[in-house]
Amino acid sequence: MAPILEARGLTAAYGPIQVLHGLDIRVEDGGVTALLGANGAGKTTVLRALCAMVRRGGAASFRGRSLNGQATEDIVRLGIAHVPDGRGTFAALTVNENLRLGAYARRDRAAVKADSARVCGYFPRLAERRQQQAGTLSGGEQQMLAIARALMLRPKLLLLDEPSFGLAPLAVADIFGILRKINRDDGVSMLIVEQNANLALDLADHACVIETGRMAMSGPAAVVRDNEAVRRAYLSY
Amino acid sequence: MVAFLHQVFSGLAMGAVYASLALALVVIYQATHHVNFAQGEMAMFSTYIAWDLIDRGVPYWEAFLLTIAISFLIGMVIERVVIRPFERAPALTVVIVFIGLLVIFNSLAGWRYSYTIKSFESPFPDEPWFGNSFMSSHESGTVVVTLAMLALVYIFFRFTKLGLAMRAAALNPTSSRLVGIRVGWMLAIGWGLAAAIGAIAGMMAAPIVYLDPNMMGGILLFSLAGALLGGIDNPWGAVLGGFIVGVLENVAGAYLVGTEIKLSVALIIIVGVLVAKPSGLFGRRIAARV
Amino acid sequence: MAGASQRLTARPAGVQAGASVRMWHRLGIAAALAGAAVLPFAVSGYRVYQFSQVLIYAMALLGLNLLTGYNGQISLGHGAFFAIGGYTTAILVVKLGVPYWATIPVAGIVCFVAGFLFGFPALRLGGIYLALATFALALATPQLLKFKAVDEWTGGVQGLLLSKPKAPFGLPLTRDQWLYFVCLACTALLFWAAANLVRGRIGRAMVAIREHPVAAEAMGIDIAFYKTMTFGVSALYTGIAGALSGMVAGVVAPDSFGFFLSLSFLVGIVVGGLASIWGVIAGALFIELVPIYADQIADLLGESAKALPWAIYGVLLIGLMYMMPTGAAGAVRAVVRRLGRLTAGSKSG
Repeated sequence: MAPILEARGLTAAYGPIQVLHGLDIRVEDGGVTALLGANGAGKTTVLRALCAMVRRGGAASFRGRSLNGQATEDIVRLGIAHVPDGRGTFAALTVNENLRLGAYARRDRAAVKADSARVCGYFPRLAERRQQQAGTLSGGEQQMLAIARALMLRPKLLLLDEPSFGLAPLAVADIFGILRKINRDDGVSMLIVEQNANLALDLADHACVIETGRMAMSGPAAVVRDNEAVRRAYLSY
Repeated sequence: MVAFLHQVFSGLAMGAVYASLALALVVIYQATHHVNFAQGEMAMFSTYIAWDLIDRGVPYWEAFLLTIAISFLIGMVIERVVIRPFERAPALTVVIVFIGLLVIFNSLAGWRYSYTIKSFESPFPDEPWFGNSFMSSHESGTVVVTLAMLALVYIFFRFTKLGLAMRAAALNPTSSRLVGIRVGWMLAIGWGLAAAIGAIAGMMAAPIVYLDPNMMGGILLFSLAGALLGGIDNPWGAVLGGFIVGVLENVAGAYLVGTEIKLSVALIIIVGVLVAKPSGLFGRRIAARV
Repeated sequence: MAGASQRLTARPAGVQAGASVRMWHRLGIAAALAGAAVLPFAVSGYRVYQFSQVLIYAMALLGLNLLTGYNGQISLGHGAFFAIGGYTTAILVVKLGVPYWATIPVAGIVCFVAGFLFGFPALRLGGIYLALATFALALATPQLLKFKAVDEWTGGVQGLLLSKPKAPFGLPLTRDQWLYFVCLACTALLFWAAANLVRGRIGRAMVAIREHPVAAEAMGIDIAFYKTMTFGVSALYTGIAGALSGMVAGVVAPDSFGFFLSLSFLVGIVVGGLASIWGVIAGALFIELVPIYADQIADLLGESAKALPWAIYGVLLIGLMYMMPTGAAGAVRAVVRRLGRLTAGSKSG
């Protein structure tokens, strides 16, 4: 199967400080790749580098098209939706406006309407709160909104940055259930950054473990999960 | 009492001008956190464009719409060409760039149209409307035009996709890029919109204060005062603040002191209010980041 | 991490460079003073007057830079203090017959009090609100000076005329040359005081308040005291400059203290470099000379461009900000840093 996303020798730097030192990352079409590692390993930076939100180097391609030299908003328009850490919802706008913004790059009005209904089917809690300001939602609801907004793009690839962060266990289970459904039913590929390695490895078919900006290990999710040494050293459970 | 009401109502007309320019300032402030000190001079220059068009025989309302369109383009071009290189510059550096723009527009207007005062025609009839004895027809016309403009701006921001995207870009540029919004262009459109709103303010003010390259100095100050009084983070508060300042200025001029130093007195009052309530009457208190 | 360790290893070289920089600094000051002292004998009378203006602007800018650059309080209205200084001197000399040299400290004190008092409402007004209040001050100043009730003292629209003082002790100097040396002496004194002020505890407190008011307060810095005092001292500097300006120009008039003057001061400190003592000289040269050069450029462009000097000034200003967003001082610092890195590199390599 061809990869939907492929990065080779990916590097990234904040000012003079280099954070990624040449990573190779693949996401199969319709697959889920988990990005694991300790705090500060550079996981979030990988997602930012793919979306051109930091100064980056190396080569990356999406569905065979090079992402090099493209601006964030153009990469998004190719069908890559990024759910950033801290969720990035527009707190002062309503839930409905957030969803409308998710579909900003699309021109097909009728389909957007249908998607809006479909996404609200995934997250009935949001449907009840469509006119509410996003800032007044609970943490779990805001995470749902962030994912829902990303889905409104009708993406081919979803980049998720710690979707479980700061949420109650029940809400986490909820969200991961929905992610699995989206992946299975809609064929949306995912690259997911998670602290909670167990959860991520359950969802993923492939996993990468990074350590201070370098690849420590990568392989099928099951292999990574069963590797004692990796588990103890990097995943701490 | 009648005389007092007269002062209040005719204050509303200048208040409408301040309200428009205050809105123009807020549109740019919300997106960039800079106060465009050149906004008044840009409005003045737009008014000269309208004068020029009318002078060449274009009917008033066509000239009016054409001026708005031209001003919109000028605003956009200025943002793309002059302001954009300073995206990451220190705040005071940007202030100096605004001062540069102010000087340039003032000088260009003086060069092209001379510094002699010109009269600017009002599109409204000479006799007041509906036997309204408190306001001249230009004064009521100014208020009506301003309210219509405000309604359009409200509809634009509230109900259109582009308006929503502009609000989003001002609130959170990073997230906006992540949904595919071209934030730079939103800024440019914001500048265009501000320039267009300012053009309306200029064309409405010109029959009252006459047309000359320095006509906007005091108007900009009162508009800024109105914006801050109403709350610079709240466009509708800023508009209301503009109206309040207009009335206050007129009443203070008529009853407290002569017109000679009414500017100073009105300013003292405004600064006094701000000292008592630093976030403005309708503004949210912005919590300082620790 | 890597960056931090690089900076640590770079430090010893930086310390050495600091010592030699200080030596160059002293030499530079001595050379500049020597040059400034022979200048009035080398140029024409009008040039002497111009350079007096530059010194005066440098003092006014220094005052504004203490407030805005070091302490972070923006003022669009320092022209008002300049005006108060000028009018204090003029009224004392013309109406009360006080000898002109005695009016300089009086103007400074009057402005100190005015600035100190203005500093209290300023305490409540941050950022853009303070900009508005001072903007209002700048616009109101000419109006108030023309106000009928005070025109017996201020001379109304015409203002007041002063005769330029003669050089004392039979010194062989023209009036302009003598005034130039008075300005030079005041400038040297005020620069020396400011340099010491910002280098010491008070200067650190001022900067701490600008950078991080909450932390400054936690460290026990009395923010209200420092801010109002800074406003007072800043006004004192600008007021003394205003007093000297009245003498050098021989006239004080309301319309020469308008909004544009206040804007020029702000332009001066940003062009020179915020929070820089020596940058203000570059700023003063800019606001005195560039309008004149813009005039000449407009002349070169021919008859049709006669009314354009200020447009040229505006373009030059924006272009300069584009090339040096942190002003002359920032640009010099960047060049010195680069040279330092080059020499350090050649030593280690």
